[in-house]
Amino acid sequence: MSYISLSEKDKKEMLAKIGISSVDELFCSIPDDLKVKQKLDVPEALTEPELTRQIEEIANQNSYHHFLSFLGAGAYSHVIPSVVDYLSSRGEFLSPYTPYQPEVSQGTLQIIFEFQTLICQLTGMDIANASLYDGASGAAEAALMAHRLKSRPKILVAKSVHPQYREVIRTYSRNLDLSVEEIAYSDRGEVDFKDLNKKLDEDTSAVLIQSPNFFGVIENIDNISALTHERQALSVVVVAEPVSFGILEAPGNLGADIVTGEGQSFGLHLSFGGPYLGFMACQKEFLRQFPGRIAGETKDVDGKRGFVLTLSTREQHIRRERATSNICTNQAWCALRATIFLELLGKKGLKELAWQNIQKTNYARDKITQIKGIKPRFRGACFNEFILEFENPWADIDTFLQEKGIIGGLSVEEAYPELANCVLVCVTESHKKEDIDRFIGHLEEACQ
Amino acid sequence: MIREPLIFEISGSGKRGFLLPKLDVPVIDDILKDIPSREEIDGFPEVSEVEVVRHFTRLSQTNFCIDLGFYPLGSCTMKYNPKINEKLASTKEFLSSHPEASEDLTQGSLKILKMTEELLKNITGMDAYTLQPSAGAQGELVGMLLIRACLEERGNPRKIVLIPDSAHGTNPSSAHACGYRVQEIKSNESGTVDVEDLKKNMTEDVAALMVTNPNTLGVFETEIKKITEIVHAKGGFVYMDGANMNALIGMCRPGDMGADVIHLNLHKTFSTPHGGGGPGSGPVGVKKELEPYLPFPIIETKNGIFHLNMERPKSIGRVRSFHGNFLVVLKAMVYILSLGPTGLKEISEVAVLNSNYIRKSLENDYHLKYKTLTLHECVFSDKIQKEYGVNNIDIAKRLIDYDVHPPTMSFPLIVQGALMIEPTETESKRDLDRFIEAMKKIAQEARNNPEVLKNAPHVSYVRRLDETSAARNPVLRWHKNRNDEIQGS
Repeated sequence: MSYISLSEKDKKEMLAKIGISSVDELFCSIPDDLKVKQKLDVPEALTEPELTRQIEEIANQNSYHHFLSFLGAGAYSHVIPSVVDYLSSRGEFLSPYTPYQPEVSQGTLQIIFEFQTLICQLTGMDIANASLYDGASGAAEAALMAHRLKSRPKILVAKSVHPQYREVIRTYSRNLDLSVEEIAYSDRGEVDFKDLNKKLDEDTSAVLIQSPNFFGVIENIDNISALTHERQALSVVVVAEPVSFGILEAPGNLGADIVTGEGQSFGLHLSFGGPYLGFMACQKEFLRQFPGRIAGETKDVDGKRGFVLTLSTREQHIRRERATSNICTNQAWCALRATIFLELLGKKGLKELAWQNIQKTNYARDKITQIKGIKPRFRGACFNEFILEFENPWADIDTFLQEKGIIGGLSVEEAYPELANCVLVCVTESHKKEDIDRFIGHLEEACQ
Repeated sequence: MIREPLIFEISGSGKRGFLLPKLDVPVIDDILKDIPSREEIDGFPEVSEVEVVRHFTRLSQTNFCIDLGFYPLGSCTMKYNPKINEKLASTKEFLSSHPEASEDLTQGSLKILKMTEELLKNITGMDAYTLQPSAGAQGELVGMLLIRACLEERGNPRKIVLIPDSAHGTNPSSAHACGYRVQEIKSNESGTVDVEDLKKNMTEDVAALMVTNPNTLGVFETEIKKITEIVHAKGGFVYMDGANMNALIGMCRPGDMGADVIHLNLHKTFSTPHGGGGPGSGPVGVKKELEPYLPFPIIETKNGIFHLNMERPKSIGRVRSFHGNFLVVLKAMVYILSLGPTGLKEISEVAVLNSNYIRKSLENDYHLKYKTLTLHECVFSDKIQKEYGVNNIDIAKRLIDYDVHPPTMSFPLIVQGALMIEPTETESKRDLDRFIEAMKKIAQEARNNPEVLKNAPHVSYVRRLDETSAARNPVLRWHKNRNDEIQGS
């Protein structure tokens, strides 16, 4: 295939206008010894039918979708209304650039403004940005932002934060005079308050927790924030499962200073991990250190309302090495999908969605943990995930379940060696009662 | 055109746009007993499905986009986005794959990633790739982290990164995020790296040179071999920003120029759409020496089976969760396979032809600070029009009245009042001529009727917006009660 729109005649006329006889002359600034002599070593061009066939053959080598799955761990299977796919596939949303020229980008800008408002409403914060890459890099940006605000050399990160998020925080902070120390978790699977109390000192810029945390347990944001503020540090709350906002109190009303997280649950397909949607919100007094693009309201010369990208003096294209982040392209189209999703579900729909998740999950947890040989590892209240501890080797049970067409959950032993034979199980509204019961039935068989 | 209100302003209590199936498990009444819960989200929208569809459809119609017309935004490579990319990226088996599913259940997705790595290696002449970075800037961060990790292992991470004054703002920002001090390198009179200035600054304190080739003026760094040799001689690394790869594809390869690390922007060169500001994808390619430091996991092949290798003791770690922006990578792969070697080379040939056609056609109407031969883009300035009190912003806004998206404004910083034009290879001569004609008319208007430019645009959905007061009195979200807005923080 070729996507060129010039005819041979066009090319000739254009070369004549330039005053040369061949396109090669335009490349004379490239030294000969650097020019590729042969054709690139890539397969010959394919037509659309050939390409479709080849990609579909590769797609068929995936088999995950045949299973009834209870995987979560930062990527959640939720309902996606058809309106989300339909509207977001419009060329007017897919094919513009970042809205640098606001007069011809009002659609994108107004949607960012609505997205920012929705994120503020969900998190209980004053301001939100236009998006970040994902929850993990959002957590890292929040840690760096808190460090800039407080200039203290240490960040405390709960061990119950998603292991990959902690890895990204470490990567981002490794060269920045910033040490990352971890806070243990308790028997309930919550932040260990004693350990927090011990480590939270005058060198600490921020305490970063996740709620619901990686184990699915809802943290006591209120108490953690209060202690954090007592020591003049900042409270950062990460939310990897934002459906929880539908029913849990907004972190901003519990003392959080910065809230960041992953928005994949809002209308984004699992897609093997991306593209997803980082979001971030904070209290207004921290605006100058806030990373990422922000849309703001203004007026045009006729006094009509309009929207623009604003406060760009924080950003790399103006401030260069003194910018609050190096981020440029973000996840705008994913934020569009989240905006459509949230506006469609609305006040009642999001609450109902969260309600169904917490009900189904607790139904499943209560039933499963009655099975002999399976214990709940933690006693803390959970939203839509929980950790099970198996008496028999998980590998055997996993194999048994897979033979029955079930992916029972994610072994967490690799990330938490102390949690041997422990598995993270996720239940959402996408599981019907009969799915859950079938899972329970096979677990009973497997544990016999 | 109807003014589209904010969704919050058309919200009506009790309206629903989507229904869930009824809860089918027994309800636990006191489930929220020990949990801080919320009643309802104040101000959250309540609208019907048709209201949502009309809201977004109307808003979409106020956007300019590549499907609608010419979008010569310099340095952004606004080329046509083939529809087959979108179609194949919505294949169910890819959409529904969980990133934590075991390798044996996701061989297809892993194969896409591995195949794309191989294609990019061959196109750029690099030895290994990571597809994890989500966009160009994150790719830069990864590249600089790799360099630092390698230098640390050699015993000294060094202190300084050299960056030409024509570079994108992300370059200094990314270098700074790795703990480096940025030292600017001057451009010479032809707009390229001043080799003498480089020699002077290239000491053993310098970790790397970050160079964009062709640079942001669209000029190829003819002395690139010499430049990379100077850096290597002092034990430094060369980071090549691949933002302008559209000029070189099939023509020459960064790996042959002495680059140690590069990043690509799949959303630019490889046609995955920009989506109004992402998602992008910023793969990083390296030479062998830096491979051990790449982010984990690495995809390996054993007997035709794909594995994720996490055992990477020298790795810089992860920069994001899971496997990067998978669907964006898939779209880029589809694009490469659809073009093949000949089609790929045609990209750079036609992109450069189109750009030079525009440059030649406008050289008598607009000032060209650098006369050096340019490749895929050209940078004019408003110097001639300034005499009539018209600046580059006025020119840009007037273009909107002619149904053309404005070029990139005021960048690169070494050209005052810059108008940076990148047509890309997909545009027809008719569209190029329409743009040229509009630019010529505007040059005429600047002389004869400058007011019409200063008040432009005239026919758009909104007219010129007050960006100063937006920053001075930020209103960053909707409030039920206007008095709640942030005041001049």
